[in-house]
Amino acid sequence: MNHPLLFRTPTGGRVDRSRTLRFTFDGQAYQGYAGDTLASALLAHGVHLMGRSFKYHRPRGLLAAGAEEPNALVAVIRDAARRTPNLRATQVELYDGLIAESQNRWPSLAFDVGAINDFLSPLFPAGFYYKTFMWPRQAWHRVFEPVVRQAAGLGEPPTLPDPDRYAQRYAHCDVLVVGAGPAGLAAALAASAGGGRVVLCDEQPELGGALLDEPASSLGASINGQPASRWLADAVATLSARPNVTLLPRTTCFGYFAHNMLSLNQRLTEHLAAPAPQAPRERLWQVRAREVVLATGAIERPLVFPGNDRPGMLLASAARSLLNRHGVKVGSRVVLVTGCDAAYITALELQAAGVTVVRILDTRPAAAEHVTRAALAAGLMVSANVTVLGTSGRRRVTGLTLARLAATGEVSDRESLACDTVLMSGGYTPTVHLFSQSRGQLRFDAAQQVFVPGVSAEREHSAGACRGTDGLRSTLDEGAAVGAAAAFAAGSRGVLASYTVQALEGSLRGQPGVLPQPGSHPPARAFVDFQNDVTSKDLALAMREGFESVEHIKRYTTNGMATDQGKTSNMNALGFVAKSKAITVPQAGLTTFRMPYTPVTFGSLAGYDRGDLFDPVRPTPSHDWAVAHGVVFEDVGLWKRARYFPRDGEDMHAAVDRECLAVRASVGLFDASTLGKIAVVGPDAATFLNRLYVNNFSTLAVGKCRYGILTREDGFVYDDGVIARLADEHFHVTTTTGGAARVLQMMEDYLQTEWSDLQVWLTSTTEQWAVIAVQGPKAREVLAPLVSGLNLSASELPHMALAHGHLGDIPMLLMRVSFTGELGYEINVPSGHGQRAWEMVWAAGQAYGMTPYGTEAMHVLRAEKGYVIVGQETDGTATPDDAGLSWAIAKSKADFVGKRSLARPTMLATGRKQLVGLRTVDPRLVLEEGAQVAATPNQKVPMRLIGHVTSSYHSAVLGHSIALAMVADGRARIGQTLYVPMPEGEIPVTVTTTVFYDTAGARLHD
Amino acid sequence: MLLIHCPYCGQRPELEFRHGGQAHVARPADPSATSIDEWADYLYLRENPKGLHAERWRHVHGCGRFFNALRDTTTDVFVSTYRCGEPRPDGGSAR
Amino acid sequence: MQKFSAWSLLKEAFGGQQGWQPQWRRATPKAEYDAIIVGGGGHGLGAAYYLAAEHGLTNIAVVEKGWIGGGNTGRNTTIIRSNYLFDESAQLYDHSVKLWETLSQVLNYNVMFSPRGVMMLAHNVHDVQVFKRHIHANRASGVDNEWLTPEQAKAFCPPLNIGDNIRYPVMGAALQRRGGTARHDAVAWGYARAASALGVDIIENCEVTGIRRDAQGAVAGIDTTRGTIRTRKVGVSAAGHSSVVLGMAGVKLPLESFPLQALVSEPVKPAFPCVVMSNSIHAYISQSDKGELVIGASSDAYNSYTQRGSMFINAHTLAAICELFPAFRRMRMLRNWGGIVDVTPDRSPIIAKTPVKGLYVNCGWGTGGFKATPGSAHVFAHTIAHDEPHPINAPFTIERFRDGRLIDEAAAAAVAH
Repeated sequence: MNHPLLFRTPTGGRVDRSRTLRFTFDGQAYQGYAGDTLASALLAHGVHLMGRSFKYHRPRGLLAAGAEEPNALVAVIRDAARRTPNLRATQVELYDGLIAESQNRWPSLAFDVGAINDFLSPLFPAGFYYKTFMWPRQAWHRVFEPVVRQAAGLGEPPTLPDPDRYAQRYAHCDVLVVGAGPAGLAAALAASAGGGRVVLCDEQPELGGALLDEPASSLGASINGQPASRWLADAVATLSARPNVTLLPRTTCFGYFAHNMLSLNQRLTEHLAAPAPQAPRERLWQVRAREVVLATGAIERPLVFPGNDRPGMLLASAARSLLNRHGVKVGSRVVLVTGCDAAYITALELQAAGVTVVRILDTRPAAAEHVTRAALAAGLMVSANVTVLGTSGRRRVTGLTLARLAATGEVSDRESLACDTVLMSGGYTPTVHLFSQSRGQLRFDAAQQVFVPGVSAEREHSAGACRGTDGLRSTLDEGAAVGAAAAFAAGSRGVLASYTVQALEGSLRGQPGVLPQPGSHPPARAFVDFQNDVTSKDLALAMREGFESVEHIKRYTTNGMATDQGKTSNMNALGFVAKSKAITVPQAGLTTFRMPYTPVTFGSLAGYDRGDLFDPVRPTPSHDWAVAHGVVFEDVGLWKRARYFPRDGEDMHAAVDRECLAVRASVGLFDASTLGKIAVVGPDAATFLNRLYVNNFSTLAVGKCRYGILTREDGFVYDDGVIARLADEHFHVTTTTGGAARVLQMMEDYLQTEWSDLQVWLTSTTEQWAVIAVQGPKAREVLAPLVSGLNLSASELPHMALAHGHLGDIPMLLMRVSFTGELGYEINVPSGHGQRAWEMVWAAGQAYGMTPYGTEAMHVLRAEKGYVIVGQETDGTATPDDAGLSWAIAKSKADFVGKRSLARPTMLATGRKQLVGLRTVDPRLVLEEGAQVAATPNQKVPMRLIGHVTSSYHSAVLGHSIALAMVADGRARIGQTLYVPMPEGEIPVTVTTTVFYDTAGARLHD
Repeated sequence: MLLIHCPYCGQRPELEFRHGGQAHVARPADPSATSIDEWADYLYLRENPKGLHAERWRHVHGCGRFFNALRDTTTDVFVSTYRCGEPRPDGGSAR
Repeated sequence: MQKFSAWSLLKEAFGGQQGWQPQWRRATPKAEYDAIIVGGGGHGLGAAYYLAAEHGLTNIAVVEKGWIGGGNTGRNTTIIRSNYLFDESAQLYDHSVKLWETLSQVLNYNVMFSPRGVMMLAHNVHDVQVFKRHIHANRASGVDNEWLTPEQAKAFCPPLNIGDNIRYPVMGAALQRRGGTARHDAVAWGYARAASALGVDIIENCEVTGIRRDAQGAVAGIDTTRGTIRTRKVGVSAAGHSSVVLGMAGVKLPLESFPLQALVSEPVKPAFPCVVMSNSIHAYISQSDKGELVIGASSDAYNSYTQRGSMFINAHTLAAICELFPAFRRMRMLRNWGGIVDVTPDRSPIIAKTPVKGLYVNCGWGTGGFKATPGSAHVFAHTIAHDEPHPINAPFTIERFRDGRLIDEAAAAAVAH
């Protein structure tokens, strides 16, 4: 072992010293104990240098011990595909075999070429990039931006698909308690005692929060006469035993949304050396809580003075946590710089653990008497009313210079102290992130100089340090009171408790801002935002350049925009801005707290929505059969539709030609089950459809079908489909595949909110019917033997007629309809019989060379007949007349949805695009769909265009290409030559009518 | 995700509902008799208040019914939900 | 105006950064202006700049209720492109792209316009048809837009998954190489600085509370939280709050305001070279110069001014991102936020005169206003200066809804069959 464990205490802490874990950091081997974090294990070896800052690549060590850590960001690598950048070493739980790497440095952490930026830093003040890199014009994108990008960023991104799984679940509870420190535990105990459903979550691996930082020795606090650790163990045991309580450690509540919906991220396997292969890595909880208790604690602020960012300079709370949780001493010779009483306790505990506390430097005239007395009694030396002028050391702090600063700016009593560690405490900032996300109004507590929860917006209560409450007893009592109140408000019973506490405690209060310095521009940089390298000079520059709002200052300097989102920097920046402008902190304003509290893995938010589960798959009844017959599917909405059935290495065009010819010559089989189907039933069904559709349905006889067109109120085509009248009061409405849901929604809308007097009932029957289209001149012959008792002759069952019967033993609604122009039937059978019916028809069709065809052939066949597809020929700006469908409009009707709009002058004006056919001179040339149409040849860009090709195919039966197009005044241009400009040259086309095949329609009525 | 009180089914999560735009917009009894401006107003003009908004929701993955709601668009707090045909509970303007 | 350059940076490096001046003057409202722009976003500040720079109107002010650039200008995902379908739209957006290309030099402020290419993914046959229609229409009107096969799309954007192991495989893409991104804050600040230097008063923390009309009904001034200001011309460029401001003059517009969310990941080293959009599955992604993946989500369905949306909207977008870029599944969301987008019935903007004389409006940009900032500001300034629209914004009237002359990009693209 290269690094002896010089900084591990001989005993104590919550680590399991019987379980030694090995790990590497930047290839160097180390060891730690179960219960260590990567950070604590490295510090146990005296390793403070863990990262490089974003902009200046300054060497950085640990600052904090929790989620607020800005400096010690590492990548953890399990394997090539499981590389996670930007993790805080303070939150990486150690496991045996852990591999971690530092980031944003080259070639090594100790020697980083990027640190040249630090020496050039005068050239790179806040916002420098807005002022340069502008010449020549292309240089930003071509030259400078790539350099900036390479220099920016933190860790290396993952490059291989993430093999891990992520789980999600929803939960409901009476009371959600966020944070399992003393306030949260007391709240959960009180809220759950009466049986209410309580969820308690905490981001750390162990419940307890600040109680985990209490020493086990006599120095530590006692609760109800027991050591804090004992009370904690009992509290957790009590909660665990309650069936109505869900305890979620390693679970961060990161988002607070409207109506008490909160999002939690639970980490399940990241702490394990060898997770089960299928075990989910994380789980997203979305919790709807009747009441919420926020017990999220407070975060200590660093002090801002020149050179405050060297490795070995930590928050006092971090040193305390490392000592008492992990048995790790942060250094050998410690100077504490503080503006907060609570830090005195850390100094006392460190000294008791054998660490030399060189001096306590208090930036205030005096600390509270009881902590000062305790410090002096322990033999600690305290200098009050001092400021820090600077520090020394590059990869580790080696010393510090302090002085007294008179109000006049006069410096006296300058003194240098040698040390290997500097602890800082500027007081604590209540963690009000979630409260603020809930849209509660913050209130500025002038005495404490922090923002605390004011008026709640949701059914929520804050307790403990996050509310600015100071002292363990007040925190516990407040937790209990709030927990009981929340349970009561949620309709269950809470049980109040009160606590007795014995502890030496210091107040959490401090003064945010920058320590006063002599002179107007201090010689060295004092860091406010450590990760983003924002100094007090940068903040001053932003103000000098006229950035008034704190939001502007934040954006211009990037203060608070690092991966810690300002947890340690925002209040100091605000204090500095307020003081500089001689205004109060609330006058300076506050930047918005945004979701998430700490970063959340994309995968956990995506959850199960991956692969085939990204969206539901809707298969048709012939799906398995089609797969067995070599189908190529296409996605249409959620449906998998058969696109074509290639045989023997055919490409799509060959397959489609063959399928089309088979339908024209003999018979084809097509699965039309995806068409939307709506049963419109009731005495007023015909009236209802009359009001909606452009057609007249009163005149549709029972047993007949009619092609219907639906426009929106704006007069533009919305949907179409065949509508069958099954009975006087029963219509079977079909819609386009994609339109089924929106047409039903539109129908329900009119029925429920405009015409609620009509007696009509609407039911979606899309999934109830399998629809098998049998199309082609042999269709009747195929079907006749299967439909005993039905006369399929043209006179008995003409085009657009229907019949009820059986297909073999399967009940059937048979509609003689055609989207091919051939003799055709659509067999509707209950979906459960769909596959069997399909196979029956297929078997019967073998004698006629029956060919299955897909949507591509269907498109060609209908285009040969000039039938439109809504959404292909029409695009939401086409009227029925534009699409050549005005014949369908019942002119006699006084009203229908869209009629008024169709009477607007612009709808009747010339120049509207109208559907026409196009023929190319070269019969083999197939126009590209979407190609544009011009009236005159050889135009220069920008061209004057009059339309576009909507559909275009090779027609095998005709032996030439065909196209449909929307062209301005198209119907008046029939016979004219127009031009389709393509990159390879212009294609002349002749305008035709839209019907290319069997113009008389004889085959349809065969 | 909003929590919405369907007057027919009770409180349900937003995913069960579809928003239906402004409430109390009645289709003219005789559209053909409307002027082009009146008709354009009916088609397109909607209230967009910063404050209380009467709007329609449909419990599409539940009872299927349309109903109305009064919601504050500055907080997303529902003041009330009520059945179609019932007047706006705060007596606010209905076109 | 203090000149920004490498030289000025060098000089200030030796001067302790003490020589920098405020980027725009802190103005207090005068009693009267020749014109007032309501709304200090990119569109409003840009309009003020062009009024001063190109139309000689320098006695003008921009009033902003908060801080400039704090609305949608500072909340969007900064995508810039012009490959719209309809000629009216393509002309407007391409006018903007052309101004973007020189904006840093014109303003002497690096807005970091980065033509990294915007690629729109096709996931079904209908997408392919629609994109090809766009491409042909764009080519004929001189707007670049080209079709890429899945393999070409992958070559242009290596993290893209073009395999068939996803629910909606990539069937190709439309690429506009001139499209890209820019630095959103810099656009607001750059326009503000340049406008201020030309004499424009930029007045922050000044909320409009009323619009004054004379006996003939024409605009006579505005009431604000900082007093009444006389003017004969008011240009409203207030995005999500347009309905509220115009309502003060009794003007009702077909607008609804919805929440729209976006998010960024933690910053990483270069991982993503371009902009990718997938309208079909709602994913919009690029990487900022700082290294954050910038991701746009879809909007919530209900009107709201809360600047906050629902979690499931983000979750759906991230699911789509993880499918298309499976390596990013391990990336982490750092920050999420919401804006208020004002949407017209045809999803196209209104840049027009209103029925009230002297009152002009630039609104209805929905989810896509950032890309149009310079072009929209430029033609809006023309409209205000001449009391007549510029030919480019002439189709974007209020009356088009009455007449049914919609410019319906969404309907043209989104109808499935």
